[in-house]
Amino acid sequence: MNDATLMLWLQGSVLAGVGVVATLVVLTRDPLKQVIGFTFYGLVLTLMFFVFQAPDVALSEMAVGAVVIPLMVLLTLAKLKVKSQAEPK
Amino acid sequence: MNLRWRKTVFFLGAIGLLFLYGWGAWNLPGLGRYPGPYGDVLNRVAVYERHATNVVTAVIFDYRGLDTLGEESVLFASVMGCALLLRKREDDREDPPFDHEYSRAVPQTSSAVRTCGTALALLLVVFGLDIMLHGQLTPGGGFQGGVILASVPLLLYLASDYESFQQVTDQALVEAVEGLGLSLYAVLGLVAIVFGAPYLTNFLPLGTTGQVNSSGTIFALSLATGMEVAGGIVLLMMVFFHQTLVLRKDDERMRKEVRE
Repeated sequence: MNDATLMLWLQGSVLAGVGVVATLVVLTRDPLKQVIGFTFYGLVLTLMFFVFQAPDVALSEMAVGAVVIPLMVLLTLAKLKVKSQAEPK
Repeated sequence: MNLRWRKTVFFLGAIGLLFLYGWGAWNLPGLGRYPGPYGDVLNRVAVYERHATNVVTAVIFDYRGLDTLGEESVLFASVMGCALLLRKREDDREDPPFDHEYSRAVPQTSSAVRTCGTALALLLVVFGLDIMLHGQLTPGGGFQGGVILASVPLLLYLASDYESFQQVTDQALVEAVEGLGLSLYAVLGLVAIVFGAPYLTNFLPLGTTGQVNSSGTIFALSLATGMEVAGGIVLLMMVFFHQTLVLRKDDERMRKEVRE
């Protein structure tokens, strides 16, 4: 198997991985579990950008997907939980 | 509208979308076959014209510098919008920071986590600066480096507590860095006009290809972007943390007011 074929297989499997993980994230109903899944999706997406020779975009996706998005969603979920706990039953 | 109707409408829409998608994707060029001349031309001339070995950064901060200014403004505006939305309102009170569930006893953070987290934060500062400063040579640049730098306070919070997050972030400073970053970008473009060239022309000396202080305004604009992004993301964290950990609705007072 030469390098080009190997690369094609790598690209194909990463694309399939993106499809599978994206579907799993969409099918997750619990927001908390969904955030964790979404960060994993960001990781797979980073791999995809890297395999398709876009390291700049891969770096952006890694930083934003691992830091900014989970932070904002998790803090929002925490705020909502505090609110519902503070409300009288 | 009952469920059956909804499903019918959905499937009609889905079939239409599938058709349009297939139609649009049918004539796409194959993987790795690029039809336009623009990318090939840039690949050939960018290193020679701009002395930047990373053509992507040359495109972002020079050939397409105006687009990046637009993106910067979008980021700036959305961070401002979040800060406005999450501000302290009249019926909010500020409690001591509280970051775990009421019903759960949370163990102290171990000293190993604290020590390693702090050491990692130092490494992260160096890494962020490295990515930011070498954008014109290797993958990276202002945006990526800025986000990495902005994650330093978050790491400190995760490794220790909210107090250490507050110690390294100062709202006035963060806001100033963010605003200065964006205005530096815009002003650097205006300076070119003063020299009689179009907006955002690369007017600084280009330097030697492959060295850090090369590629003229690309390097400067990358730094300005890094300031804006780092400031913006840290500000975003600050307002989110403040809203979630500190601000509490004054429910008691509100209920009393309603009763009276």
